[in-house]
Amino acid sequence: MCLAVPGRVLDIEERDGTRMATVDFGGVVKEVCLEYLPDLQVGEYAIVHVGFALQRLDEESAKQTLELFAELGLLQEEFGDPWETAAAEAAGSEPVEEVHNQ
Amino acid sequence: MKYIDEFQDPELARRLLDDIHATVTRPWALMEVCGGQTHSIIRHGIDQLLPDKVELIHGPGCPVCVTPLEVIDKALEIASRPEVIFCSFGDMLRVPGTGRDLFQVRGEGGDVRVVYSPLDALRIAQQNPDREVVFFGIGFETTAPPNAMTVHQARKLGIPNFSMLVSHVRVPPAIEAIMSSPSCRVQGFLAAGHVCSVMGMGEYPELAERFRVPIVVTGFEPLDILEGVRRTVQHLERGEHTVDNAYARAVRAEGNPAARAMLEDVFEVTDRAWRGIGVIPQSGWRLAPKYRGYDAEHRFSVEGIRTQEPAECRSGEVLQGLLKPHECEAFGTLCTPRTPLGATMVSSEGACAAYYLYRRLDTPAAKAQEATPVV
Ligand code: SF4
Repeated sequence: MCLAVPGRVLDIEERDGTRMATVDFGGVVKEVCLEYLPDLQVGEYAIVHVGFALQRLDEESAKQTLELFAELGLLQEEFGDPWETAAAEAAGSEPVEEVHNQ
Repeated sequence: MKYIDEFQDPELARRLLDDIHATVTRPWALMEVCGGQTHSIIRHGIDQLLPDKVELIHGPGCPVCVTPLEVIDKALEIASRPEVIFCSFGDMLRVPGTGRDLFQVRGEGGDVRVVYSPLDALRIAQQNPDREVVFFGIGFETTAPPNAMTVHQARKLGIPNFSMLVSHVRVPPAIEAIMSSPSCRVQGFLAAGHVCSVMGMGEYPELAERFRVPIVVTGFEPLDILEGVRRTVQHLERGEHTVDNAYARAVRAEGNPAARAMLEDVFEVTDRAWRGIGVIPQSGWRLAPKYRGYDAEHRFSVEGIRTQEPAECRSGEVLQGLLKPHECEAFGTLCTPRTPLGATMVSSEGACAAYYLYRRLDTPAAKAQEATPVV
């Protein structure tokens, strides 16, 4: 939950008086609130946490971070199905992650 | 070798490590505050790549872990009511309350839903005007602004059937509590990068000065952590207790002013209990008086619920850096992610879970194997 993921703004619109954007996180697309970064523009990158853009990021660092997160399976952790994970844990299989340092 | 090849930029990692090795002359104990950093460190074996003289102590920065049992029990009570749709981030589902967790409440017929953003919960409230929608608002300074905005929106849009169970915590008072403990060994801090993206660095100079510790704002990717360690060690070796920013691409000195203004409007600072640690003065937020109507504790009269944490679990010591997870007797035997005794084992950012997942062979035999140099 604490993970903040960089994403790229695809488009922006007002909704209920609130600035909202569609944001692409390396293939996963989510709705994001721009109220805390009101001057963010289409094409720009930002760090997004639980559906809110919190700080601007340059393209290069954003891309690097996304690549790394994808590699480490962190995007799956952030956007995957938590019910499945909880059910797997409750049923007794271990959490799905790989032991990384072999 | 085996670890460093997995770094995103192994060459840069090696240079940072060489620099750290060349700088260190005395033993230093550094605390990384954020649970995301702990996971990165254990997953990449960063602690094992560092010189023996540099010890990383894991801090309390996992919101799921520090949410008190009492609050979990309040959540379970509210989530069990037939009129309620209870919305939460996914990682709270398996955090044990007294006797059960949210996952089980759902199995028993409770309407528990997982949301990605607190605004999703608000939308569910709009779509279900005949139900009460409650959002479980936990987290540090990174999560608090989104939750604050959601309560603000609920009021602005006049959504009467939405409320929030609020248990937000703040990092600087936790640093203060850790440093004030007589058994504290921490000499430098890697501050949590994303908390600072919101709050900026203004709260740190006073702490750095008072406790004479360097505080280096650090991201949580492996290279960011190495850079944070490198700078902290440099400051320590030079006898400086400065505040430094090793995560400039995401942290500005003033943080995010709009988010901070919203925090001030919606919340007020309050004493908060941390799971396993106890009450830390001024370490949390609750809804400000003008938003009290959105306080789920009040709306569902669960303010009186009081519960005791299980005595076997030593997560309080783990969270304060006084004990490493595998030094807990229950680690890996009585306590596993499948049968967690404490939240530090169940949370994906918890220190016990990190050790269990990535350092599960932490037995005498594995230690002998680890003794082989890895760089
Ligand atoms: S291993 Fe389990 S029982 Fe021991 S401190 Fe960690 S969570 Fe608590």
